Amino acid sequence: MMIKKNIATSENGFIFNPATGDSFSANAMASVILQAIKGGASSTEIKLDILQKYEVNAEQLDRDWEDWIIQLKEANLLEIE
Amino acid sequence: MATNYFGLCIGVTGLNANDNPGPGIAVIRALKEGLGNDIRIIGLSYESLEPGIYMHDLVDKTYQIPYPTAGIAALADRLAYIHDQENLSMIIPNFDAELHNFIKIVPELISIGVKTFLPSLNELGMRDKVNLLEFGNKNGLQVPADHKLFSLADLQNAAEDLKFPLVIKGKFYDAYVAFNMEAAKKAFHQLEATWGYPVIAQQYIKGTEINVAALGDGKGNNTGIVAMRKLYITDKGKAWAGVTVEDETLTELANHFAKITNWKGGYELELMRNADNELFILEINPRFPAWIYLAAAAGQNHPAALVKMAMGEEVAAFTEYQSGKLFIRHSWDQIIDIAEFQQMSAFGEL
Repeated sequence: MMIKKNIATSENGFIFNPATGDSFSANAMASVILQAIKGGASSTEIKLDILQKYEVNAEQLDRDWEDWIIQLKEANLLEIE
Repeated sequence: MATNYFGLCIGVTGLNANDNPGPGIAVIRALKEGLGNDIRIIGLSYESLEPGIYMHDLVDKTYQIPYPTAGIAALADRLAYIHDQENLSMIIPNFDAELHNFIKIVPELISIGVKTFLPSLNELGMRDKVNLLEFGNKNGLQVPADHKLFSLADLQNAAEDLKFPLVIKGKFYDAYVAFNMEAAKKAFHQLEATWGYPVIAQQYIKGTEINVAALGDGKGNNTGIVAMRKLYITDKGKAWAGVTVEDETLTELANHFAKITNWKGGYELELMRNADNELFILEINPRFPAWIYLAAAAGQNHPAALVKMAMGEEVAAFTEYQSGKLFIRHSWDQIIDIAEFQQMSAFGEL
């Protein structure tokens, strides 16, 4: 999974898509994940990190992760693979 | 310290900085920023209440000029008088409705030493609202289907063919989205009374509004291209806030337009991107848009580049601009003395 290269993200969770002019506010968790994705971490690595740091089971995380991907796709922020 | 452009005297129209603003004030702001504060700006106004007349930090002096309906002789005479007073270096007209007359008198302006940087009448005509669909079909550009309306019967036919909602547009300005026949008839009568025939009924395209401001060099290239997405739209459909965006398909579209028209001067593509990512050209305006200062703020000063090109300078094409720059328009109550208004109203000069 890759976030589009030109997407601008800030540490406080503001996301700007310069191709469309769309902007979004991400919560703290989403912001951390976005920074990790932009830093080159794979989805497996990010999920492992979340499982270690937070009280969440793998099934719940997978469900939430799928929802998150759908939201990113709808927001036109993901590279088409 | 004086700049290279010290003493340059530029006439600018479009000083009506109201809720449906002319581009004049934005153009002047960009000129001062790009060429220095020691250029002289001569405002050319049609009415005494155009706010720019009284913005003395931007406009050095204003002269009233005749409405386009007065004809080219009246315009040429008035501009010759203004040139005698001010020694104009060049003129930048900024209204669609006045461009025809200004283009017609370009030879006379040249003969008295006043420069312009304008498209030809042929170029002006091909992108006219009335000809836009044909222009698009001929050049592989997506333009919403339309009907030219000369009667209520034409409107009925348009509604049956294009279905509601319909965009009912005036020949030069104004557009209303009509969701039923009653609203369409009202818009038709209003626009016919204001701007004359034909009124245009255009297919409504749902999507995201994007505008592109560009500057054609008259040789098939663009010297600059900046795209802006509207973020806040007034009830007149005008952008009250917008953000610069960067999208190669928009650049390609503008470059295609410049190539097929050899467009000379500023222009604006009004576009709609639908859910399938298709771009439709809603209008092509033959002048700088009112938001042109945003282009300058984002790194491409089109009005300053236009002046340089008109003066014969070689201007390298801009290759980039900053995306994510916003403009947010605002209202401002400007206070002037009645004596100034009286001077402008009575003598047509201030």
